[in-house]
Amino acid sequence: MKSKTLIKIENIIVERSGVTVLDIGELNVQQGRILALIGPNGAGKSTLLLTLAGLLKPSQGTLYFQELPVDTNAGRAILRRNVAVVFQEPLLLNTSVYKNVAMGLKFRHLSNDEIRRNVENALDYFGISSLAKRSAKTLSGGEAKRVSLARAFAIKPRLILMDEAFNSLDPPTRETLIDDLRHILEETKITAVLALHDREETLRLAQDVTVMVEGIIVQSGTTSQIFNQPDSEFVANFVGTETILEGTVQSSNAGLMEISVAEKNISAVGDFLPGQNVYCCLRPENIIVSKDVPEKISARNVFEAKVQKIIRQGFFYKLILDCGFPVVAYITMPSCDDLGICEGSVISASFKATAVHVMRRE
Amino acid sequence: MELIVQGIIKAFELIVSFDSEVLGITWLSLKVSGTATFISLFIGISIGTAVALMNFRGKRLVISLINTGMGLPPVVVGLFVTIMIWRNGPLGFMEILYTPYAMIIAQAIIATPIVMGISLAAIQNLPPNLRLQILSLGASRMQMVWVLIKESRLPLLAAVMAGFGGVISEVGASIMVGGNIKGYSRVLTTATVMETGKGNFDIAIALGIILLLLAFLVNLLLTQIQQRQHPR
Repeated sequence: MKSKTLIKIENIIVERSGVTVLDIGELNVQQGRILALIGPNGAGKSTLLLTLAGLLKPSQGTLYFQELPVDTNAGRAILRRNVAVVFQEPLLLNTSVYKNVAMGLKFRHLSNDEIRRNVENALDYFGISSLAKRSAKTLSGGEAKRVSLARAFAIKPRLILMDEAFNSLDPPTRETLIDDLRHILEETKITAVLALHDREETLRLAQDVTVMVEGIIVQSGTTSQIFNQPDSEFVANFVGTETILEGTVQSSNAGLMEISVAEKNISAVGDFLPGQNVYCCLRPENIIVSKDVPEKISARNVFEAKVQKIIRQGFFYKLILDCGFPVVAYITMPSCDDLGICEGSVISASFKATAVHVMRRE
Repeated sequence: MELIVQGIIKAFELIVSFDSEVLGITWLSLKVSGTATFISLFIGISIGTAVALMNFRGKRLVISLINTGMGLPPVVVGLFVTIMIWRNGPLGFMEILYTPYAMIIAQAIIATPIVMGISLAAIQNLPPNLRLQILSLGASRMQMVWVLIKESRLPLLAAVMAGFGGVISEVGASIMVGGNIKGYSRVLTTATVMETGKGNFDIAIALGIILLLLAFLVNLLLTQIQQRQHPR
């Protein structure tokens, strides 16, 4: 599929009372894609969303929507007509759900028939048709969120921007809303930029990810690129690679490296030169735990591991292991029981050379 | 004690008999204060909303001035308006001193800062992102302001009540610029002052009761509207 750039940022600087809060060289959002902006609080995600919405005027740089610069009147008009923003709070007006969802359509002076059709459609999409006549102030948090999403979708935007849309919802409500939203985005093919702070949400919703910190972009790529090949320690930490080890490349041969980590050797894939200092990143779901040392196994890394701590995480356990270096592994509750693992037991931890993500360390 | 009882009996006589002079005074009070409140709503809400939404140097000073204006002494307003419309004052050519028009002007000046202060606070109290949310749904600036005003309708009704309550009960300015002319510019408050001065306590009490009743009825009506909008 040939993808076209829908909105593009070039050398944008946003200042707030003299301090630069956003400094972005380039950002492209492709038509029909779902882009997640992730990063810690204060990274500038919300500021970037407001800039993309044309609600915040950058002090420098240009925003292009459908290849038209937005600092012209025509460009701004097209952007404003085609974008919708969903804020963290639902921000509903004190009137009926129907009138709330109809708001954007009213601003566009559509006929009553068109408004009704679009509102009914949007309510239906989010499964809240039955709420149409309710007062917005009597809704639960999840319902209010759905209404604010329906209100944004009702205007049939080309681009939808969402700021931490799932915050402050209880987990089951959030789960179903994320699923519904993904389906709706897939079905409508609306381009979306979502500021998220949860890696779970990011993995489930986004096709592309941009990681931000202190107003700048530190890495952009597809979701799997970001999660599997973070190009800095910061990104690795942020996307939740739980084990980051410092090591030095000992040998490198035909794409297979031996890396010394705390007097042990780890096999990994890559072509760094011997002597190079590196970080080795291991995702906890890639660590296989067994009671005895496995005899026939493709994994090139097998270590004796002492269980230091078992932490319950929802439906699985997180194991903190000591293999001479610290490793974090996930294990389901039944497996943990079957293997009879408890704190202090000595087990075996294996992982494939391809599961080790190696990054340059200065 | 007898004085009070007598006064109350006489008051009820005046009220139930629909005494034409009392009726005329009551009607004029309603007309003058109603019109003044109406004018103050236009000026107060527009300026209050504008100040709330705009960012400019000295905004805090302006807000302090408006809040001070909420307690504007009626006699000071009366003095100011009198000077302005005095025969050889700047607006003397209008020849409206000692007319109900002058009273409307004075009362509107008293009510405007009250309405302005309450609407300013109401708009400022809305969630800060609401403005951006409305704009992001494609509203023009005017549409956005209108939605915000509609969204503040509950506190704005309170502004109407406070403004009307302030001017219907005000006496200083009305007597100064209206002159308390019988059958022409005499309203409930000015008549009460006069009758009390003359020792006609029964009539004064009657006027006082009517004044209270009027304030109560208007507020009852507005409260009904306000509470109907408000989810319990």
